[in-house]
Formats: sequence, structure tokens, C-alpha cells
Amino acid sequence: MTTSTLAGHQFHVDEEGFLTVPDEWSEELGAALAAQIGIEMTDAHWSVVRFLRDDFAATGETATLRRVGARSGVPVKQLFALFPQKPAKKMAYVAGLPKPRGCV
Amino acid sequence: MTRRLVVLGAGTAGTMIVNKLRRRLPRDEWEITVVDRDDVHPYQPGYLFVPFGRYETEQLLRPRHDFVPNGVDLVLAEVDRVDTSADTVHLTDGTTLDYDYLVIATGTSPRPDQTPGMLGSQWRTSVFDFYTLDGARALAGALATFDHGRLVVHVTDMPIKCPVAPLEFVFLVEAWLREHRLRDRVELVFVTPLSGAFTTPVASEHLGGLLEERKVHVESDFLVEHIDNERKTLVSYDEREVPFDLLVTVPLNMGADFVERSGLGDELNYVPVDKHTFLSTQHDNVFAVGDANDIPTSKAGSVAHFSIEVFTDNFVEHVAGRPMTRAFDGHANCFIESGDHKALLIDFNYDTEPLTGTYPVPYAGPLGLLKETRANHLGKLAFRWIYWNVLLPGRPLPLPAAMSMAGKHPVDRTTEDTTKDTTKDTA
Repeated sequence: MTTSTLAGHQFHVDEEGFLTVPDEWSEELGAALAAQIGIEMTDAHWSVVRFLRDDFAATGETATLRRVGARSGVPVKQLFALFPQKPAKKMAYVAGLPKPRGCV
Repeated sequence: MTRRLVVLGAGTAGTMIVNKLRRRLPRDEWEITVVDRDDVHPYQPGYLFVPFGRYETEQLLRPRHDFVPNGVDLVLAEVDRVDTSADTVHLTDGTTLDYDYLVIATGTSPRPDQTPGMLGSQWRTSVFDFYTLDGARALAGALATFDHGRLVVHVTDMPIKCPVAPLEFVFLVEAWLREHRLRDRVELVFVTPLSGAFTTPVASEHLGGLLEERKVHVESDFLVEHIDNERKTLVSYDEREVPFDLLVTVPLNMGADFVERSGLGDELNYVPVDKHTFLSTQHDNVFAVGDANDIPTSKAGSVAHFSIEVFTDNFVEHVAGRPMTRAFDGHANCFIESGDHKALLIDFNYDTEPLTGTYPVPYAGPLGLLKETRANHLGKLAFRWIYWNVLLPGRPLPLPAAMSMAGKHPVDRTTEDTTKDTTKDTA
């Protein structure tokens, strides 16, 4: 685990740059993280990120794309438009949450 | 007064539970009932080999009642819904079962109806699944006449049961094509919604080469939106297209619909539970065990098996009003068939990635972890006998539920280049 600094924020990250301590996240840091991967945050982006944060607080797991699509009111198709190519990973990265789980 | 335990589902988890709990709960104090919709217990790991003609049906199917012990009622009926406010299960035939404790063990099922076009004109013509016996048999017929073109193996979305089975199918079909001297005439593609065939660093480091060696093209981050039957093409949400001549797909997996109707499920009808005890997060007298729950590990028989060791001890404590003292660690292991009569074995839990080393005996094996060996393949084949004769009847198998680190080697990753800018890789 290493420490990273961005826009005046210090935070812990894993080897892929995902925050490992969700409490070190703030919306200001979220916007800076988004800029790192070429995303400019709009209201639509924020509604998704806030859903992910709330859902993580309730369940302890990063929501899957399907769950976000089903529960946040933003359809999966639009998630691909907001966070192109790899929406699940990008949403988690911006929201300061662990990467969604695979198996092996 | 007699207390009533109702178990929904007589599959791998439900059958083991009633066998173990019947021995633990005094007969004059507890009635145990298990419900399933039919009396056929399939050995699901065997489906993988059916497309290659390796098993006869009778080797894979047994009557459920053969595995239900004396003193347990087996009810064959479809569950309509659970009324948790009245502690009652409603069956579709109108009868009801009252319970003091309920265990939901109704697993997860492939749902081709959830992807537009999957059940279209190409279903079972050029689109097949192998997670049902019918599908696996139909695929055997299609493979017998397939001699050239694009063979696409596809996973709709995670989680799926037995998450490595699609990769095993790729390895087996690749070996099968070589054996039939067709490999040069077939393009093999693996399509996954994940960021790669292997997503944990250790597994991708050790296993990533397996697909490359076999010249399998991987299409990653592909979430299918629909199947275009006319053009025989998978179309993703971000409008990428993967054409196929033969598609072997793993449909979306979902928990039972009654879970949703009973207000007990998440968006995929899985029951949210405490990941260490399997107790429902909503109801103190409802557990969900096996594939039916939402614990963050693989949906697999090995997980059900290790879970149940922990569950039965906890259940006995819980119904006695004592705190549950055992905690499941997410232990899973599985054989991965890699073709040419070889297999790999992996072993992991909630916190530990797959490891190299030996299993089950530290340093001696005989099974090598994360290595392709013939012993692992034979282990996988031998497991069918163990399943019917040891696991389902709830007899002790000398494999501890909690994962041990002895004889296993955490892969040393300190030598990895940590200066690499991985943020770009992420995005």
C-alpha cells in the first residue's frame, strides 16, 4: 500500500491507484481523481458517484454495474456514456472505493 | 414444543445441511422439512464435460430422496413466497409450511430470458449454454458438426456459479479442436465483462499465459446488451460487436424468483446475509446458504461445502440462544481443467489471493496449486464419487473449512515494478 497526493489531498492507494481507505475520500478529491482519467464531473456523474458511496456505506461492497443500473436510476447504457469503456472500474476509482470483485 | 426447521432447496447446500443438522438436532425437539421442485439431483460440475461426450446422463443425475436422511421430510413443490411476518412458506399448490427457522438454499440459475435476443431464433441453433444438462447435450450435437469459423465463449455478467467453468470450457474446446485436427480452421474468442480473463494479479501472472499460448483472443470489459440473431453478433452497451458462428454463452445468473417476491433479495435475487455467519441481514430466524446468498466469494460447491461446516455449528448455537462463535473466511478451492488431461488447482479466501504450493497436505500435495498437472485432472474426475458418497450425505471429509497457509507460498510481489503508472491501466 502506498500513499498518493493529489490536489493537496493525501490518501492511501492500492497498486492500481484505487483508494484503500474510503473515509479519505471527499467530493473535491473525487473530481480530481476523475480529471486524472479524463472525466469532467457533471451532475449526472455525481448522482452515480453518490449512489456508489451510499451503497458502499450500507453494504460494504462496491456496487456492480447491474446494481447501479437497477438501483440508481441511471441506465447501464448511460453509465457507459458517462464512464466510457470501463464504467465499473472508473466509477469505483472516482468514488474512492475498492475495485469491483472478480474471481481469479 | 417441537420446533420446525424448513430448508428451501435440496441441492448441494440444502442436502448437506439436512444431513448434518438431523444428526445435531434431537428428533423429539426438531422437525426438519426440505423443499425442492423436483426429485432430480444433478452433479453440476459434470456438465462441463458433456459437450465433449465424456459423461452419460445417468452418471450425473440421482434422485434427491436418496440423499435425504430418515427423519427429514422431503416436500416436492414450487415455492410461491415466504411470509417473514408470519414465519410461513407458501407453496404454489396452496399449502403452507410454518417454520421457526428458515434456511434458503435455492441456489442460482442461468437466465437467458434476461438478455434481449438470447432466446431468439439462434437459441440452440448457434447459441448454446452448458450450465443446464439440456444445453450441454445440445452443444455436444453442435460441436459434432462444427468444423470451421468463429467460436465465441461468452460470460454475460458476474457473479456466475463456478466462475472458472467458462475458461475451462475454452481450454477443453481448444484441446478438442486440436485432437480433431480443426484448430487451424477455428478462431477462438473469449468475451468477458471483467477487465480480463483473470482479474487478480497473482492469477493473471501465473495463468494469463495459458490463453495466449492457445491463441485465444480475449475481448474484455464487454457487457452484452443484446444478441443480434440475424447477424449472429453479440452487441455490447457501448456498441462494440463480436460476431460468431458458434456462441457458447453463460447467461445472467440469478437467485430464485420467490426470493424477490418475498422481498428478501437484492437486484439479482440473492439474499443479503452476514458474510461470516449467513444469517439474513433482515431476519434473525432466516439464513441463506450456498449460491443463494450474496457473500462476496465464488458461487461454487466448494464454498457451499466449507460454509456448511461453519453454518451447522453456528446454527446449533444460535437456536440455543447463544452467540455464534464460528466465522466463515470465504474459503474456496477449485480444479481448473486446462485440456490435454491436465488441470490446475486454486485455493483462496476473502482476504487471500490464489496461492501456489500444494494441497491438501502441506509440502506433499499430491495436488499442485496453480500448476497444470495430471494429478489435478484425476482429482477433478475423482471428485464426482466423493460428491455422491461423502459430501451430500454430510460425512466428514478431512479438509478443514478454514484456509491454512501451511505449504502454500504467498507469491512475492515486492519485485514488481511499482513505479508503473497504473492509473492509466485502470481507465
